[in-house]
Amino acid sequence: MKMNGAEITISFLESRGIECIAGIPGGANLPLYDALHKSSIRHILARHEQGAGFIAQGMARSTGKPAVCFATSGPGATNLITAIADAKLDSIPVIGITGQVPTSLIGTDAFQEVDTYGMTLPITKHNFLVRSAEELITVLPEAFRIAASGRPGPVIVDIPKNVQCEHIEFAGWQKEKTKPAAEHKINDLPEADIKHIAEMINKSKKPVLYVGGGIIHSDAESVLIDLARRSSIPVATTLMGLGCFPADDPLYIGMLGMHGARYTNYILSEADLLLAFGVRFDDRATGKVEEFCPNASIIHIDIDRSEIDKIKKSNIALESDIADAMTAMLPHIKNNAREAWIARVEQLRDEYGFKMPFSADPLNPLNLVKHIAELSPKNSIITTDVGQHQMWVAQIYPFSLPRTLLTSGGLGTMGFGLPAAIGAALANPDKRVVCVSGDGSFLMNIQELATLADLGLNVTVIIMNNGHLGLVRQQQELFYKENYIASRFQSNPDFAAISRNFGIRSYDLGDESEPLAALGSALCVEGPCVVNAPIHFAENVLPMVPPGKANHEMIGG
Amino acid sequence: MTTITHRIIELTVNNHPGVMSHVTGLFSRRGFNLEGILCSPIGDGARSRMYLLVKREERIDQITKQLEKLYDVENVSLRDDYDHTLFDRLHDLVKGI
Ligand SMILES: Cc1ncc(C[n+]2csc(CCOP(=O)(O)OP(=O)(O)O)c2C)c(N)n1
Repeated sequence: MKMNGAEITISFLESRGIECIAGIPGGANLPLYDALHKSSIRHILARHEQGAGFIAQGMARSTGKPAVCFATSGPGATNLITAIADAKLDSIPVIGITGQVPTSLIGTDAFQEVDTYGMTLPITKHNFLVRSAEELITVLPEAFRIAASGRPGPVIVDIPKNVQCEHIEFAGWQKEKTKPAAEHKINDLPEADIKHIAEMINKSKKPVLYVGGGIIHSDAESVLIDLARRSSIPVATTLMGLGCFPADDPLYIGMLGMHGARYTNYILSEADLLLAFGVRFDDRATGKVEEFCPNASIIHIDIDRSEIDKIKKSNIALESDIADAMTAMLPHIKNNAREAWIARVEQLRDEYGFKMPFSADPLNPLNLVKHIAELSPKNSIITTDVGQHQMWVAQIYPFSLPRTLLTSGGLGTMGFGLPAAIGAALANPDKRVVCVSGDGSFLMNIQELATLADLGLNVTVIIMNNGHLGLVRQQQELFYKENYIASRFQSNPDFAAISRNFGIRSYDLGDESEPLAALGSALCVEGPCVVNAPIHFAENVLPMVPPGKANHEMIGG
Repeated sequence: MTTITHRIIELTVNNHPGVMSHVTGLFSRRGFNLEGILCSPIGDGARSRMYLLVKREERIDQITKQLEKLYDVENVSLRDDYDHTLFDRLHDLVKGI
């Protein structure tokens, strides 16, 4: 049968079970949209390509499956870039399909021509500029394979308009075989290393598990729980790992690093064995790296070989899917109650546990996060923007299920929260999605309220409104002699009124006599809702490890 | 240019227009130094051989691991058994200008 490049692309996406694509059309991708017109795939018309990219991320992060976004050439592609770079740093399988000017015009500074290939080279796992319709037949399955295999990541497929229009003879796509074969098999792991690692764990007196996004990507949460409980090993998570271990488990010791609780960082610095599983020793987690876990031997297991010994030299390392590695070592792990170590952990937790505010003010930011958690169903998905509000959520929201926190960890992109929430809600129509944002971040992608209004999804946005770029203000207060510049907004819109004008129900907790009751209804109404929550501007995120300092040199808290 | 100060990384790569950008882009993005490149197609021209001249440094392990991750790179090996005069002649050429 004769098909053009655009039809080949859309029918490929159908064969891979893609149900939703977020994007914005333009001259260079109109053939793709024309093919989409005849397809069963639902298109979500975002209001900015960055929004489309983050909607795709919301789908991918909440399901673990690759998600797709579309943009036209030139400004469409440049607008997409931030969301793609964000996906790279957090290892999210997003496939961006961009239109490009016809091949005959490439290199001529044609209308809306930019070098998408060149620009996305350092921010993708891999990228393709497709030169013929024939090439699509190999490139598209490769793009999906690359995005989802090993350490996941974003892929850009740049398709010139003439390639989208080129007709070739094509028999059609095979339906995808159920799960692609795993790259690593448990039996392939070096048995001697597995036994050696198990023995180190069995012999250690004060082990700590330091786990991150890798656990979530490899769906390793249940084997992690088995391992931790069998050997009584306290578990600290990174920001990206939140939710991979139940917050109410006695072995859970919270998030480590820059805004971790004191006891968490203290326990890590007393450890004699660090089990670094599915983590990359990010500076926000380790603090001054020379002084990170000074007393510990390090076992580092990661699926990406280049992470091993990149930042911190390990005593033994394994390149492996973390679920496979833990499954292989579990039979060699002895039951161990570790009474002395657990007692020490409890003592540190009692003495240096996370301090909640004395006041019961519901508009105190920590109390607010606590109430959001109490008033939302346990399987709710939380997205955040970037700033103080993000750290308050990370510090005290009791995440207990993987993929329930979607946050921009590596790139720290303000504007992530709302479109990611839309994507998560599209992929999880049965769940409540709550976006906790700040007044600065929210304005960075506020146009997506229009997309949310189109779709009527169960998304509740809560804006912690301090009239400031709060995290910047905090840094200026603590580290720049209170020289405040460019961190206070001279004016701010009325967020509740703006939302109503987008056609979305809203509350302003500052106007409510019963703010908690209003919050409660905002978290359970059908359809979207925006809540403005005025908070005091001088609240800080504490404790905090000053930049460049070791984790035990925290201030406050 | 000697084997004491420098090493040669030998790459086998797919031969298409973007490969050189992926390799050189990796070096600049990760802050690795690249002192010289030689490249030539091999076999039927579907693949190329690349020689990268790099300073001896601690991060060589990280450099090779990152190169191995590139989609179009088939093989990476560190060669200390090569004749560096290849690159020396290149340097003579540059000095001559
Ligand atoms: C796109 C982008 N620009 C700038 C920054 C730097 N930055 C980090 S946090 C922050 C302040 C965020 O303010 P807001 O969203 O109001 O959150 P708050 O800290 O007040 O809770 C800024 C400007 C960033 N992370 N992302």
